[in-house]
Amino acid sequence: MDDTTLVPVAGNGLLPLRALNRRQILTGLGAGALALPSAALAAGGRPSWMQGAGAGMRGYGTPSPAETVSRVAIASQPGTTGSGASRTPLAALEGTITPSGLHFERHHSGVPPIDPAAHRLHIHGLVERPLAFSLEALERYPLVTQLRFLECSGNSAANLAAPEAPDLDVATLHGLVSQSEWVGVPLSVLLEEAGLKPGAAWVIAEGADAAAMSRSVPLAKALDDAIVALYQNGERLRPENGYPMRLFLPNYEGNMSVKWLRRLKVTDQPAMAKDETSKYTELMPDGRAAQFTFTMGVKSVITRPSKGYGLGAHGIYPITGLAWSGQGEIRRVEVSADGGRSWADAALEGPGGPGAMARFRMPWLWQGQPATLVSRATDSTGARQPTRDMLVQARGAQSFYHYNGQQRWQVSAAGDVRNSYV
Amino acid sequence: MFKPAVSPCLAGLLLACAASASSATSGAPSLGEPLTLAVLAGIELTVLPTGEGLPAGVGSVAEGAALYQQHCQACHGPEGQGGMNGDLVGGVGSLATAAPKKTVNSYWPYATIAFDYIRRAMPYTAPGSLGADEVYAIVAYLLSRDDVVPEDAVLDAEGLAAVKMPNAEGFYPGE
Repeated sequence: MDDTTLVPVAGNGLLPLRALNRRQILTGLGAGALALPSAALAAGGRPSWMQGAGAGMRGYGTPSPAETVSRVAIASQPGTTGSGASRTPLAALEGTITPSGLHFERHHSGVPPIDPAAHRLHIHGLVERPLAFSLEALERYPLVTQLRFLECSGNSAANLAAPEAPDLDVATLHGLVSQSEWVGVPLSVLLEEAGLKPGAAWVIAEGADAAAMSRSVPLAKALDDAIVALYQNGERLRPENGYPMRLFLPNYEGNMSVKWLRRLKVTDQPAMAKDETSKYTELMPDGRAAQFTFTMGVKSVITRPSKGYGLGAHGIYPITGLAWSGQGEIRRVEVSADGGRSWADAALEGPGGPGAMARFRMPWLWQGQPATLVSRATDSTGARQPTRDMLVQARGAQSFYHYNGQQRWQVSAAGDVRNSYV
Repeated sequence: MFKPAVSPCLAGLLLACAASASSATSGAPSLGEPLTLAVLAGIELTVLPTGEGLPAGVGSVAEGAALYQQHCQACHGPEGQGGMNGDLVGGVGSLATAAPKKTVNSYWPYATIAFDYIRRAMPYTAPGSLGADEVYAIVAYLLSRDDVVPEDAVLDAEGLAAVKMPNAEGFYPGE
């Protein structure tokens, strides 16, 4: 045993990063823990699956039947099935890419069954040449690739709105964020082809869903890094993520990346659409509301340990989670095991880059002591993730959207984990 | 309702084709097909706060009351409150309290938003099924529940755009 590896670098058992490489590291108990079936053990040196030829090839692969991971907290408005959300099971996943089938969903009137051959993207308004683009046509444009998180601005809102910490798991609290590799046509190219007229300042995007979901996008964003995305994680968009084409606006609140994109109207003013006035605005204590708060703030969350993913035997555990920022690249994630009294820098993994998620890890020696685990991220602009108290102080508990407060997990002596504000 | 996009080089659109070809300098292939006004008229849904985009039509509070019972109350409750989904009226003056109630009348800054949203997305099970007169009438009815317009109000494009909402000054740019 290397003595210095077990010398804590911060309070309550946080260890030097090299402890992550120790063979004795534990992974904890949890919903994902796999119990070995006795039949497999009984097979001794040659388990049943080695005693005959395996399954053949197939056209489109699916996860192992032993894996039951799925989206969680699926909820829709009363009387509807397609006006709600499902969340990414953050604690069950590793790395930084969200499998397309587990990307969170937020629909306003269900997933439309679009015929891709009949679908068109229309561009009109303050343009010289109103145009329509088929999927086939867009395929022939130069494509760009963006590895980017996408987060609903309502993500994590339960931790702001509820006066006492709700007893919820990490996916239910924070699972309205996912990351994919998006591939599409730069919107600037299509707008250039249409030819912008003087006075153009906004682009009003509309989807081909039953709600004709609509948001106003500043022209500067449309000409900067906006794309009309056709592919997600190497394949065509999934229906629930906008098939056959969606707007994708890196770093902006999720619902501006209008799915099933059908129409872009260039205007001199925002539409003040329902989803940029009645919703997705932050009500302040004085009764006024902040509007057009597009960019997602710097944020991190520990995904394990977390509620449902507690600790068993005493020993070294990796604390791990995700960090992201719409303002810049993640530069630093600090972890505390003593509720924020002392901090240590976590190891960062992942491809990185602006608008991309980072995976962080921190080794922790748990010997049965109660603990409060917290993470806080800092991005390349120097912005650091605030505490819940700071946000409540700054904008009250009714602002709902864009809540990026630090997540605190309380660990009991028994190894159970629950959401906490203190 | 929908018309197929026309071929890019119909006689009347030669100018558009010639102009469009110039963007080939960016390396992009210029494959957009010209859109005609007729096609645009069929797909346009956007209503701006100025009233631009509002269609011809007219509807009264009284007509709206009947239409509301028929199309809206199952989800939004009798007279716009107390249904299984969001309350549409009430809450005026509540935004700065500890229990703010955000409704069309208490929160939405322009009456045009209600027209735009109802026309594009409601009723939930049959969006697009209401005519312009019906949408004007339902909006008039909802506004009348909090005296934003009088009980005898009749709204058309001009009248709707002129409505002053209680929370018209309630929003500021957050960035």
